Amino acid sequence: MTELGKYAATVLAAYGVSLALLAAIIVQSVIANARARRELREHENRG
Amino acid sequence: MSIWEYANPVKFMRTSGAALPFVVAGAALCTVVGLVWGFLTPLDYKQGSTVKIIFLHVPAALMAINIWLMMLVASLIWLIRRHHVSALAAKAAAPVGAVMTLIALMTGAIWGQPMWGTWWEWDPRLTSFLVLFLFYLGYMALWGAVEDADSAADLTGVLCLVGSVFAILSRYAVNFWNQGLHQGASLSLAPGERMSAVYRYPLYLTMLGFFLLFLALLLIRTRTEIRRRRLAALLARENRR
Amino acid sequence: MKSLLIRDLRLATRAGGGFGLALAFFLIVCTLVPFGVGPEGGQLARIAPGILWVGALLACLLSLDRIFALDFEDGSLDLLATAPLPLEGAVAVKALAHWLTTGLPLVLFAPLLGVLLHLPGPAYPWLLASLLLGTPALSMLGAFGAAVTVGLRRGGLLLSLLVLPLYVPTLIFGAEAVRRGASGADPVTPLVFLAAITLAVLALVPFASAAALRVNLR
Repeated sequence: MTELGKYAATVLAAYGVSLALLAAIIVQSVIANARARRELREHENRG
Repeated sequence: MSIWEYANPVKFMRTSGAALPFVVAGAALCTVVGLVWGFLTPLDYKQGSTVKIIFLHVPAALMAINIWLMMLVASLIWLIRRHHVSALAAKAAAPVGAVMTLIALMTGAIWGQPMWGTWWEWDPRLTSFLVLFLFYLGYMALWGAVEDADSAADLTGVLCLVGSVFAILSRYAVNFWNQGLHQGASLSLAPGERMSAVYRYPLYLTMLGFFLLFLALLLIRTRTEIRRRRLAALLARENRR
Repeated sequence: MKSLLIRDLRLATRAGGGFGLALAFFLIVCTLVPFGVGPEGGQLARIAPGILWVGALLACLLSLDRIFALDFEDGSLDLLATAPLPLEGAVAVKALAHWLTTGLPLVLFAPLLGVLLHLPGPAYPWLLASLLLGTPALSMLGAFGAAVTVGLRRGGLLLSLLVLPLYVPTLIFGAEAVRRGASGADPVTPLVFLAAITLAVLALVPFASAAALRVNLR
């Protein structure tokens, strides 16, 4: 494990917040894309 | 071969679908390796371990500005040449840009707390990023508010144009208004001024990683928008029948 | 062009036109701030330039949606778009009418509120000058925001979100000029920048506003 010194909380908070935000936008993009693909496919199969 | 071929949605879907796995892999590789490498760098003699925040802060800030630039270019292409994919790409990029701006702001606040003794300072760069964030919010709100798709693309395109001018204007106005705490350029090419290679190489890698990450998200989100648009068109055609 | 201006002015000053509402709003903002920050004179004097500028800006924002909304509803905007007068010119005239009925009264009213807020004596000419130079830009940018949001339901809230970031440079230079005037420093530099922004806005924004209007009238 790497040395974090007295600022461990600061560094971990920065990484935590950033990774959470990145994860949020990635998950949102993927889910929206999957839903759009599913709806389009359902529609094309039906019609 | 010309870049305008990708204005055709079918062509765009085929090519972006083929390219997507490679972009995703590259983004994951560069971001993960870059961040882990950055996390394992030694302590800075002045800033201690907080220097590790730079591997998030700087790439996010860089992308926050460049995504707005990309939106400006895409809006111009839409306004001049009426390529729908271009307008949808601008729409798809905005939330990613807003998230990047938010990351830059929040890591900046967390970093500023121990280094400058304050979470928030009305420093020119911080302030202009806040203004940039407001522009992203307004842009996305306008996309959400206009119902007709082509009108929405037109209006947001014009807004993006005007907003770009004012974002730059605010940047310099804010400089005038308050002197800052930020240091000058950390990546200047002049020897002696730039930071040591220990930090520089992982930083370059995370910058590349964030760029690829944006590219991957942009492709995914643009594909989402194209599918939604196609579905809406199909439904409209059925209703007319 | 002149007849359009006269028509707009008459509509705005007629009873129920909302004339004076902005002034009342400005007064209320400047009354509320001392309640918020305390009645101590020195402190009020220090923040007075900022309050006066922010107050004027918000009061200006209040009446923006009226620039196009009524004409859009009753169809006279469509007539304007097909009239021989270029739409850019019509936008400019409408912004001018908005400035004459909202901006100019705010400018003339501001020194009175400056007294309430203990604004130091030497700052008054600069307060007038900066508002006089800056409010036309506020009206013109507001007309752009109004043009973008004219066809929308719940456009009012969106209008503020779109327009306020555009006001940032004007606000910075305007309030800075008054602040420098109050402290005896040289206020000419920010005033020159302010004038430059206003002139650029007046020259270029009508085109963007007209483009947005054409989209909304399609």
